[in-house]
Amino acid sequence: MAKAAENSEEKFELDGMDPEKIKEELLAKYPTKVARKRAKQIIVNKVGADEEVPVIQSNVRTVPGLISQRGCCYAGCKGVVLGPTRDIVNITHGPIGCGFYSWLTRRNQTDPDTTPDGHNFMPYCFSTDMQDQQIIFGGEKKLKQAIQEAYDNFHPKAIAVFSTCPVGLIGDDVHTVCRQMKEALGINVFGFSCEGYKGVSQSAGHHIANNQIFKHVVGLDNTVGDGEYRINLLGEYNIGGDAFEIDRIFEKCGITVVSTFSGNSSIDKFANSHTADLNLIMCHRSINYVAEMMETKYGVPWIKINFIGAEATAKSLRKIARYFGEQKLTDRVEAVIAEELPAVQAASAEVRPRTEGKRAMLFVGGSRAHHYQELFNELGMETLSAGYEFAHRDDYEGRKVLPTIKVDADSRNIEELEIHPDPERYNPRKSEEDLEELRASGMEFSGYEGMMPTMKNGSLVIDDISQYETETIIETFKPDIFCAGIKEKYIVQKHGIPMKQLHSYDYGGPYAGFKGAINFYKEIDRMVNSKVWGYLKAPWQVNPELAATYAWE
Amino acid sequence: MLLRHTTTEIKERKALTVNPAKTCQPIGAMYASLGIHGCLPHSHGSQGCYAYHRSALTRHYKEPVLAATSAFTEGASVFGGQANLLQAIDNMFTVYNPDVIAVHTTCLSETIGDDIPQIVNKARAEGKVPEGKYVIHTNTPSYVGSHVDGFANMTRSMVDYFSESTGHKEKTINLIPGYVEPCDMEEIRRIAGELGIRTIMFPDTSKVLNGPMTGKYRMYPEGGVTTDALKKTGDSMGTVAMGALASGPAARALDAKCKVPCEIIDLPIGLHATDMLIDTLRQVAGVNVPESLTFERGQMVDIISDMHQYFYGKRVGLVGDPDQVLALTKFLVSLDMCPAYIITGTPAGKKYEKALREVTKDVPGEVKIKVPGDMLLFHQWIKQEPVDLLIGNTYVKYIARDEDIPFIRHGFPILDRVGHSYFPTVGYRGGMRLLEKILDALLDRKDRDSTDIEFELVM
Repeated sequence: MAKAAENSEEKFELDGMDPEKIKEELLAKYPTKVARKRAKQIIVNKVGADEEVPVIQSNVRTVPGLISQRGCCYAGCKGVVLGPTRDIVNITHGPIGCGFYSWLTRRNQTDPDTTPDGHNFMPYCFSTDMQDQQIIFGGEKKLKQAIQEAYDNFHPKAIAVFSTCPVGLIGDDVHTVCRQMKEALGINVFGFSCEGYKGVSQSAGHHIANNQIFKHVVGLDNTVGDGEYRINLLGEYNIGGDAFEIDRIFEKCGITVVSTFSGNSSIDKFANSHTADLNLIMCHRSINYVAEMMETKYGVPWIKINFIGAEATAKSLRKIARYFGEQKLTDRVEAVIAEELPAVQAASAEVRPRTEGKRAMLFVGGSRAHHYQELFNELGMETLSAGYEFAHRDDYEGRKVLPTIKVDADSRNIEELEIHPDPERYNPRKSEEDLEELRASGMEFSGYEGMMPTMKNGSLVIDDISQYETETIIETFKPDIFCAGIKEKYIVQKHGIPMKQLHSYDYGGPYAGFKGAINFYKEIDRMVNSKVWGYLKAPWQVNPELAATYAWE
Repeated sequence: MLLRHTTTEIKERKALTVNPAKTCQPIGAMYASLGIHGCLPHSHGSQGCYAYHRSALTRHYKEPVLAATSAFTEGASVFGGQANLLQAIDNMFTVYNPDVIAVHTTCLSETIGDDIPQIVNKARAEGKVPEGKYVIHTNTPSYVGSHVDGFANMTRSMVDYFSESTGHKEKTINLIPGYVEPCDMEEIRRIAGELGIRTIMFPDTSKVLNGPMTGKYRMYPEGGVTTDALKKTGDSMGTVAMGALASGPAARALDAKCKVPCEIIDLPIGLHATDMLIDTLRQVAGVNVPESLTFERGQMVDIISDMHQYFYGKRVGLVGDPDQVLALTKFLVSLDMCPAYIITGTPAGKKYEKALREVTKDVPGEVKIKVPGDMLLFHQWIKQEPVDLLIGNTYVKYIARDEDIPFIRHGFPILDRVGHSYFPTVGYRGGMRLLEKILDALLDRKDRDSTDIEFELVM
């Protein structure tokens, strides 16, 4: 299906330039083999009928020596998915570095739960600090002792263990150690085989994290809580308090959040999450696995939503209301939207004259490179180029391409859980007729259209962008703003171009929901119109000729 | 309370490190590599390592930090990383054109036992290393030592790979500045310049990790020691190495390889350590100390005497890298302050611990020292008996907030403030800055805590 789009002769323009030519320039410097590979990962977008887009190669190995944005499996597992859960003692089993670098560096805000039995281990870093003796003789004994000491010192409800590269190599069996310690201590202890070398990016770690949380935590508490419209929010990590703003909106609408995976999360909420009636997916890449498994095992359907952008937020709220199908909820959602939108529109009207027509580029992890295009649209800004650090083809082209994705050796190494309906607890939340009716009204279940169909024809979609490519497109287009992570930030800014971190939000935010949209408008206005970009040249560099000389007597 | 699970009672821990006061070797090697002009550091292992190291250094310096990786996947972990490193070397020279590639290993490549020189020789034989370009390496297993050892190992590799002895001695002095900030390196060079000494400093991250914003990005900034200068280190009259742990190995290697005698001294933090630097330089180079430096020294002594009442007897908790901690402890003792709790995460050894004990032997009260220790223990000591001032990296801010103790940032990493890469803490000027910081912290607290009656205008 994607063939038709690829063979098209139609030529597009991008910012007055030929994107195909720019692609050629990007590849020209590479050794032949590298160029051949990168050519499949750099795509000039073309949206055909039925949202067909060209094939983009992704989730393939990073080219050694090309400076990439990517991190590792451990980072995806411990840093992204489990990191934000406040009441688990997360022990990194390995030399000190991995634990140290993932200590508080991902900006997940958390409500610390100061009740007497509440826990917050977020500001702590726990590590077995492996030494060479453990590399030679094995680290299981030390790990066991470390789990015991964590228990003795902190009395947590749960302890999780994360394997780093050498653990996999020397063959420490963390799962057996965890099982033994679970029996010995009587608390939940579970492990993750998330060695850094697994898979090709952080994405492998997300998958491993989801599997283990699903196996060891989800479904442990069957209590059905209060609330008429009970949902889980998946793939929302509460960077800069995004989840708090979304919670505020839900509360106003009368929607109850059973669990958020995993911003501001707690292990008890995970344990109870299967009792919700609908799963909402924010970051498709990091967590679609959990939604899929929960649907199969417990009958909870899932829909893709997006709370980045005011319009997207309103659309997502309406989608949820339509799913529950009650006038009461629909009315309330409409009332909330009507109440919230004027302030957003006023903010947008104020900044738009200063942002209209400016151009952005976004290269970040999971869904942010897609979602934030909504906010730029609301500012009248065009996205010239975008791509992901660790996406798979479905994140670009939509889930309809799933059957055509070939599983390679690097992905095959990651456990694929076989999930069956739970004999007692499987409970389809909607009858097949109801689902059919909803589908007929335009509601899409278990679907995601991907990033490319929503981007303009001719825009450059680049998977796993390299430092060299980043520099080249910056030099070529001189975008008005570039969005990426900390490693790229100062490189881009030395070029005199503002760089917005979309992982940490540059310690601003929230940017989700209605209030978040207002924050983002103001932030982008500040950045693209900052006076500092006018200071790059000293007066004597701007005008080096001497206009006059002072004469001495 | 952010660290509310930290108990006052201390339970012995043998296996669990909580809130480490160190990190792993490769990041130190990466930092040292950036101090060679035109160098692209390369991490031989899986890509998570270089991503973390680049992120951590970027957050600390708020500057571009470029490095590459061998990007191991499972296959490379089983069959060895040769193919990955060969491809990486080819790609780096083709795309990024560095003068030097500085390879350091990770726990992954160390555990599988990749032989870097053999792989580099193969790359050279296959024509993947252009004429006049260098690939150097060091071994930095993460499960040995700390980031300080990584720095020391890469600095030593600069000697192993480059230093040459032509037999003709030059009137230059080698300076090995230790694991300090770019501005500290610059300040040490300025002091040597005031003495009229020609120097070669390595590594040298000044102008690399505190560069200007001009609208033009340079992948290889102006700073850094050149490979030509590194070669000439073998012909210098002598070497002055600062910080025994970070600089000692390179200084001794240079002595062994090229017969350049070395003096290994403390980091020049504080009055006496700066005196020692200048006196050592004077003697090694055979020069007189100019009035300008003696004048700066006098200014520093003046501040100490003017404000002595505020320093006297104040108890300090100190956590950081061994070379820094030792120099800072001596400085605090010289101010009649009381370093009460001292922790370094780096396993710096018995001799080091003994040196710390020696420095603090006359400090009133019990001085608690743990080498290597972690910040949980440090915090527990503070809970048992508080101190008046905390000195350490950004992570200490959690303890400072919970226990309501004045805090100044020093060391690595500093993630939440600027200044450390621009304003030195070495030399007399750096010492004056440290005095200012200490006084600001203590006097701000005094102002905050005093009653309306006691609130002083003149202090």
